[in-house]
Amino acid sequence: MSTKTNKSTFMDRFPESAAITRQAFLVAFVALGLGALFGIIQALHRTNVLRVFPSGDYYTLLTAHGVLLAIVFTIFFLVGLFQWAITRSLDRPPVNITFTKTWLGLMSLGSATAGIVILLGFIKEIGISADVLFTFYAPLQAHPLFYAGLTVFIVGTWLAGVDWFRSWLRWRKDNPDERIPLQAFMVLTTMIMWYIATIGVAIAVLFFLLPWSLGLIETVNPLLTRTLFWFFGHPVVYFWLLPAYLLWYTVMPKIAGGRLFSDPLARVVFILFVLLSTPVGIHHQYVDPGIAEGFKFIAMVNTMFLLLPSLLTAFTVVASIEHGARQRGGSGYLGWLKALPWRDPAFTGMALAGLMFAAGGFSGMVNAGMNINYLVHNTLWVPGHFHLTVGTAVTLTMMAGTYWLWPQITNKSIWSRPIALAQVVMWFGGMALMSNAMHVAGLYGVPRRTAEPQYQSFNFESIFGTVGELRIQIAIGGTLLFLSSVLFLSNLALSWGTPKQSGLGQTLPDPLSGPDDSPRVLDNMKLWAGLALLLVVLAYALPLGAIVADSGLLGPGGDAYPALVDGIRTVTAVFGDTVAGLAGVLP
Amino acid sequence: MHIHRYEKLWLGLSLLLIVGFIATITYGAVGAGVTMVDNGETLNPNDLGDHPKFGDPGVEQVGPNEYDVYVVAQQFVFRPGTTIAGQPPITVPANSTVNFYITSADVIHGFSVVGTNANTMAIPGEVAEVTVEVGGPQEYGIVCHEYCGQGHHNMEGLMQVVPEDEYNGSEQ
Repeated sequence: MSTKTNKSTFMDRFPESAAITRQAFLVAFVALGLGALFGIIQALHRTNVLRVFPSGDYYTLLTAHGVLLAIVFTIFFLVGLFQWAITRSLDRPPVNITFTKTWLGLMSLGSATAGIVILLGFIKEIGISADVLFTFYAPLQAHPLFYAGLTVFIVGTWLAGVDWFRSWLRWRKDNPDERIPLQAFMVLTTMIMWYIATIGVAIAVLFFLLPWSLGLIETVNPLLTRTLFWFFGHPVVYFWLLPAYLLWYTVMPKIAGGRLFSDPLARVVFILFVLLSTPVGIHHQYVDPGIAEGFKFIAMVNTMFLLLPSLLTAFTVVASIEHGARQRGGSGYLGWLKALPWRDPAFTGMALAGLMFAAGGFSGMVNAGMNINYLVHNTLWVPGHFHLTVGTAVTLTMMAGTYWLWPQITNKSIWSRPIALAQVVMWFGGMALMSNAMHVAGLYGVPRRTAEPQYQSFNFESIFGTVGELRIQIAIGGTLLFLSSVLFLSNLALSWGTPKQSGLGQTLPDPLSGPDDSPRVLDNMKLWAGLALLLVVLAYALPLGAIVADSGLLGPGGDAYPALVDGIRTVTAVFGDTVAGLAGVLP
Repeated sequence: MHIHRYEKLWLGLSLLLIVGFIATITYGAVGAGVTMVDNGETLNPNDLGDHPKFGDPGVEQVGPNEYDVYVVAQQFVFRPGTTIAGQPPITVPANSTVNFYITSADVIHGFSVVGTNANTMAIPGEVAEVTVEVGGPQEYGIVCHEYCGQGHHNMEGLMQVVPEDEYNGSEQ
């Protein structure tokens, strides 16, 4: 899908960087395909439409689905996109391509290791597993290779950031007085946020979980490692989101036919994410015992202020595409909407993704509301929410962005534009059904993360409609999503076979209000990193201190539990009636 | 820095919305008295058997209309609660105040009395406290909503709110 412009593409100008982007995307798309396959199996299993695995294996599938999509797909897409963005906006190739290949290699090695360990969970005889879900809460324990794989992967991402900061420093030397180009600014601020965010998970894995899984330490403090996980686990959400923001701010206005409305506000938004995204993780722990209400309140206030950058984005992005529509001859209060390029899958995909983000933002505000969170905590509402945000706002933007980027990094056109358009609309429709049903089921109290939400001693009462209708919605929605990802991947595979062309290059126009309209202090990366760390210390020093003071660095004691549980406990639960007497002898 | 006038208006309204959200939640906590799960007792999950309350968990009357309920969550039962594993259901009289104290004997579990505000985590080493005002007689399902191992989907329980005159505390 690209029209000849007779301009050179990114691949023409930076072949090595384009190759890195392609390789990162390849890993991302393999993960997407596997993750989507596990997704459809789960959707059909949980709704009892089709069952191919025993329910105990559901959690291996769920772990693989979560890790492959939320970590491998999103982050590999991110590094591919950022490699393109930093090279393009600084207009210079990587400082040292061997270094660039090294971090991509480390990330690939780490994710392959963790992925294989998870999938080995299907083969009980081997005794290796990591059915610990995306959250890997101790004292459920995974095989040490799972934690080691995660570590190698994260170190890879750290080196990617080093690579991009090096490029920027070189550029700065040659351009001492220029403002940082917007895309480079976005890459650098996102990486500062990532460095701060990963402190939590790095400490949890390196100092506690890995030594514990190797038997070097006896026990861990479950609340401490859980809190460190969420220190990372919320900002990682913005690590998924910010590449989508990069595309919304810098590419979407162009394909809408115009240019970015305000460069300064885009910078402010990214700085706000650096400052506010980390000191909020405790909002995932509103109902955790062992954390005082005051700390929860602080996290809630920070979380609410995180709404600000997203609301500003809504304004700027809509203003930019309205400007584009008016350039294309659109007029009237809402009539300009008709002038947008709705037949362009890259545009339509991003626009629908933005729409879903608005809906996901509202359900997120319910999660963030400290008191109404009681209603939805750990219900199916929560996956309903994040399938709108990461599963649609981010994923659909990445898919749509791929349709635009593909010719730039391969010198080939997209095989079929109508199929691409159908694909993005199908994703939107599938997610609308599935996530709507998940949100509603959550309000009935149906829990998340369970293979069979039908219980023996009680039924869920529906407020309106029936639980059966919701199950059908989830099954149909999940099927549409799976078909959509098959269309996406096969369209790209077929695009690979199309002949190379020259002159497919696209340029990104300058914003209406350029970088010189913004204060220079925005470019002071050290200042923002310092302030962000200060906010983290303010939000986390006391609760972490209190957790350690209450039950010790290595916890209150307690055994490790492999996710593959031993016979007797499983028997107690599964055949509860027949072994009722056993319950008395349990500790 | 140049900011468009509509953009300034939007920024102002956004901040107003955010402050409004914080205000309603603050009102919920201070005015309406919605209290959060807080910093409770800490204990060793391997020594629950020796604990004065969790050693023999169950329902205990502590006031005219007030009951303490101690619950141990463990793979894959609630003690008490999981009737299919031979445990009694949690039984309390109608129109009373019920204070739940929940801990875990092994991994992290969830504890949610479906249809009430009792929705909390059961973390080994920590005790979660939640208070529920129960109304008329009704049966409530209890679910574990945190993945706790391969039998997670079997972890359920039952809470019965019975008419005051049918409640017999000695059976607990």
